[in-house]
Amino acid sequence: MKTKREFIHNLKELPRDELLAPGSPLCAGCGGLLALRLLLKALDGNVAVVNAAGCMTLLAVYPYTPLRTSWLYTTMGSAPAGAQGIRDALDVLIAKGRLPREEDLRVVVLAGDGATLDIGLSSLSGAIHRGLDFYYLCYDNEAFGNTGFQMSAASPYGSRTATSPATPLQAAGTLQQKKDLFEIWRSHHPPYAATLSTADPVDLVDKVRRATRLRGPKLFTALAVCPPGWGSAPSRGFEIAKLALDTGVWPLKEAIDGKVRHTYIPQRRRPLEEYLRTQRRFAHLFSPQRQEDVLHRMQQAVDAYWDEVQRHEMPPR
Amino acid sequence: MVGEQGGTRRMLTGNAAAAWGARLARVEYIPAFPITPQTEIIESLAAWCAGGELAARFVTLDSEHSMITAAGAAAATGCRVFTATSSQGLLYGLEALWTVAGWRVPLVMVNVSRGLAAPITLEPDHNDILAARDSGCIQLHAETCQEVLDSVLLAYRVAEDPRVRLPVIVNMDGFYLSFTREPVEVPTPQQAADFLPEAQGEPEFRASRPLAQGVAVLQGALYSHFRYQMHLAQEAALAVHEEAAADFEQICGRRYGAVEAYRLEDAELVLVMAGSFATKARAAIDVLRSEGKRVGLLRLRMIRPWPAAAVAAALGHRRGVAVIDQNLSPGLGGILFQEVAATLARSARRPGVLRSFVGGLGGKDISLGEFRHVVDVLAAASDSEDLHGSELLFTEADWQQVQSLVQLAQFPETQAVPSDDGRSEVRR
Ligand code: SF4
Repeated sequence: MKTKREFIHNLKELPRDELLAPGSPLCAGCGGLLALRLLLKALDGNVAVVNAAGCMTLLAVYPYTPLRTSWLYTTMGSAPAGAQGIRDALDVLIAKGRLPREEDLRVVVLAGDGATLDIGLSSLSGAIHRGLDFYYLCYDNEAFGNTGFQMSAASPYGSRTATSPATPLQAAGTLQQKKDLFEIWRSHHPPYAATLSTADPVDLVDKVRRATRLRGPKLFTALAVCPPGWGSAPSRGFEIAKLALDTGVWPLKEAIDGKVRHTYIPQRRRPLEEYLRTQRRFAHLFSPQRQEDVLHRMQQAVDAYWDEVQRHEMPPR
Repeated sequence: MVGEQGGTRRMLTGNAAAAWGARLARVEYIPAFPITPQTEIIESLAAWCAGGELAARFVTLDSEHSMITAAGAAAATGCRVFTATSSQGLLYGLEALWTVAGWRVPLVMVNVSRGLAAPITLEPDHNDILAARDSGCIQLHAETCQEVLDSVLLAYRVAEDPRVRLPVIVNMDGFYLSFTREPVEVPTPQQAADFLPEAQGEPEFRASRPLAQGVAVLQGALYSHFRYQMHLAQEAALAVHEEAAADFEQICGRRYGAVEAYRLEDAELVLVMAGSFATKARAAIDVLRSEGKRVGLLRLRMIRPWPAAAVAAALGHRRGVAVIDQNLSPGLGGILFQEVAATLARSARRPGVLRSFVGGLGGKDISLGEFRHVVDVLAAASDSEDLHGSELLFTEADWQQVQSLVQLAQFPETQAVPSDDGRSEVRR
């Protein structure tokens, strides 16, 4: 079940303009790059992208940039503060008449899940707390991708990373549960927070458009298929992202002033296993022998989540 | 009260003087984060922003790392930016400091020196600011509250000059300046405006002209090119500072050099110092002079860019030079000694004796006796002496005080308890 779209209804209505030109040193099939491309389309240009260290840092390598927007690379831990400086400075310059209003920009932080949930969490929390008028895109590939896929606070339980290998001593690979970014955000009371998927560009653009009407922090996290890290063929990106939605492991939702609404509720969820089997980072759950307990826990977590959603958002049958 | 140069004379702490500097510079943006002993600076500015005396936007960030990033980003966008920190805060923000210096943005930051943890302490030494030595930021070290205010104004002229475009850090000592009230002549708004025009840089980030800043560089040659540009900009800052200092003298009547000489004319023995403890050295020199000793002081005001020519000219022909470092690089000794020695090693005329002393760590006093000791060592040393390490200035009284405190710390283990025969015995 999908909610009614407000601003765009089908793929044909996607803005044609490309603010992200082809040609970058990023991997083929990078889901994060696709999420950025769609977000920029939704924002219609006039953007300053403030970047935290990560894969996307390699978008702008002197003397080239594929972006038709402005760009500032900051550090890994303080991109939201960079956005603060630019936003505040633009406000000051416009108020003083040093910059014409039509020269104003939308400020967008672009950060991976490690920069978001680990090293940059304090800076991000501060920016939301201050009510900064900005956009935040977390491309969540569920590990430190740029450095070779080490475990981050977004790595899901049961996934294998370069620093949480699957061994007889820790058969599951990653033992921790993924931090819940959406709920961390919601606890800060931003006007807008949402999860995004590259498998549903219409939903993605619709949400970004909806957010543009609000002042304050507008926060987005997109599941970012990462072929080298996840161990999947670059050509299967859409399929994997779609499976994440249909198995329910990546819920699509938004919170406007804290009120949560799922924008897609899979009626009959597919077994999580179908998603897990598409990626080598979960291969240890199936061979040399099947880890029933780990798989069970993972499926249960998904089921419990949707039971809760059912109670709150679905009409009783 | 109207001062000699037309400004207003007030009793100001170093912190208040720094805040006045920012106010007179008509800064537009102030990202802040509290830390002792600089907090009074941001409190003053916050009050002025809230009260309308200063038309700037004041924002409290979540850390110094964020604060310096925001400062750099706002400066990169085109605002005149001021910020302040101290000690642990400076180190917490150090990554961002290197980053914004690499962006080549003209912001001004005041650092209030305070010894670094561990052990955590409050009073000053210069290990904090010297940890930022190679960041690319220009460093001006103030001796008085007046100099703090004036240096902030000078700093904007240097930072914003197209030949430079680097952040400038104005350093003052915690407590000795930050919390000490001194008479300060506050320039009039007109004087400040004559010296430093309104911020007018072209805004950099704008819709009509997308710009990529701080982009990655993946070749050593290109990286070398950009880093060396920063070095050249630092070198250019020497002349830019001179020009600005000359203008400042014309308008406000006070002159500042990269270094400052005190009673150097006929001095055979010279002490080299930075910061507010140079005032203690001046007093000691007056006493020693009255006893007939030909001693003088060279105060290092500009640490980056390093004023090599001025240092060589002031010290080259002396009989003895002692650098008193208020910092310690464990395993090496005083840091500025290395820079002075390297400069003199390259100059044609070297002083016969060159010694390194470390004093004033964590705000420990340097007494007249200690200055006298330094001068005695210089006077007694021979030109052909062997290599000497850095000597710590530490008096018998300091030693006694430390011993009694160490003993207290050990008290529970060495508790005296009465024994059966009435005598006390010490049980471990
Ligand atoms: S490592 Fe993953 S996230 Fe990073 S560029 Fe490659 S595909 Fe994208």
